[in-house]
Amino acid sequence: MSQVATMHPGVEPAESPLTPESWGKLGMWIFLVGDAMGFGTLLAGYGAMRYGSADWPNPYEHLGISLTAFMTFLLICSSVTMVKALEAIKLERPGHVKLFLSLTILGGATFLALQAYEWTHLIQGGLKIYGNPWGASLFGTTFFIITGFHGAHVTGGVIYLSTILAVVSKSRNTARNYLLTEIAGLYWHFVDLVWIMVFTFIYLL
Amino acid sequence: MAGTHAGPSYMTIFWWLFALTIIEVGVIFMPIAKVVIAILLISLAISKASLVAMYFMHLRFERLTLGLIAITPLFLGTLLVFILVPDHAAIPHRTSDAVKIAPAAGHK
Repeated sequence: MSQVATMHPGVEPAESPLTPESWGKLGMWIFLVGDAMGFGTLLAGYGAMRYGSADWPNPYEHLGISLTAFMTFLLICSSVTMVKALEAIKLERPGHVKLFLSLTILGGATFLALQAYEWTHLIQGGLKIYGNPWGASLFGTTFFIITGFHGAHVTGGVIYLSTILAVVSKSRNTARNYLLTEIAGLYWHFVDLVWIMVFTFIYLL
Repeated sequence: MAGTHAGPSYMTIFWWLFALTIIEVGVIFMPIAKVVIAILLISLAISKASLVAMYFMHLRFERLTLGLIAITPLFLGTLLVFILVPDHAAIPHRTSDAVKIAPAAGHK
């Protein structure tokens, strides 16, 4: 309960059991919930189109699993380096903070490079947004829209984390650095979480 | 700081996620019914997503309110899938691209 409310009984208390530990963190969670609905709608639409099609190609026969399994591994590793960066802030080890944040950014950038390679390879093999040689034309449409939407999120994450790295490197305020990195980490782990779903529904099923 | 908590180490979670990913890739080559493969893959994906949300995103150590906010898309997503079920039931048979683009009889 705030001191203001205690000192002035007539004033409406500003805090309630629903008041979050950090408004920034709550804001990020609400954004992520909305974003999750966006991905959920895309995946549900994908499911509906696939169910209604008689000639949907078998994804893992045409998309290649080994590269995307490695990309999944890469995002999991970058999630670990992200939490390690947060841990390093708590332990007040600025060198480790920079190292782990840089590794996270590198993981994201490598993921994007591999996705660009994968897309180029598939486009050269005949997979287009409007058709493909193997069956339903919506196979290519859904593939490029869903993986592209996720790729845009990874790009945003790499830019976001680079900004956080620049800010945290200059500031010595541990509590503020922790909060900023924790909020950015929530976004990054969400990108990892969504990829887990995309990998299963688009590549494996 | 929400990071002060006891629980499995981040590396333990990493190894679980790594192992579950390998199992996922292995499952698609198993000589079992497609529906069983689909159930297994969806269960594994939900397990992995839960591990990321609970431990990497610290949801396990946050207030209940935040947990309820975070779980909302799962309820709405499930509802969305059930809303689409009547549409699926209304489709008499599946169609292929060749059927969709063929001109209807009697049309010029």
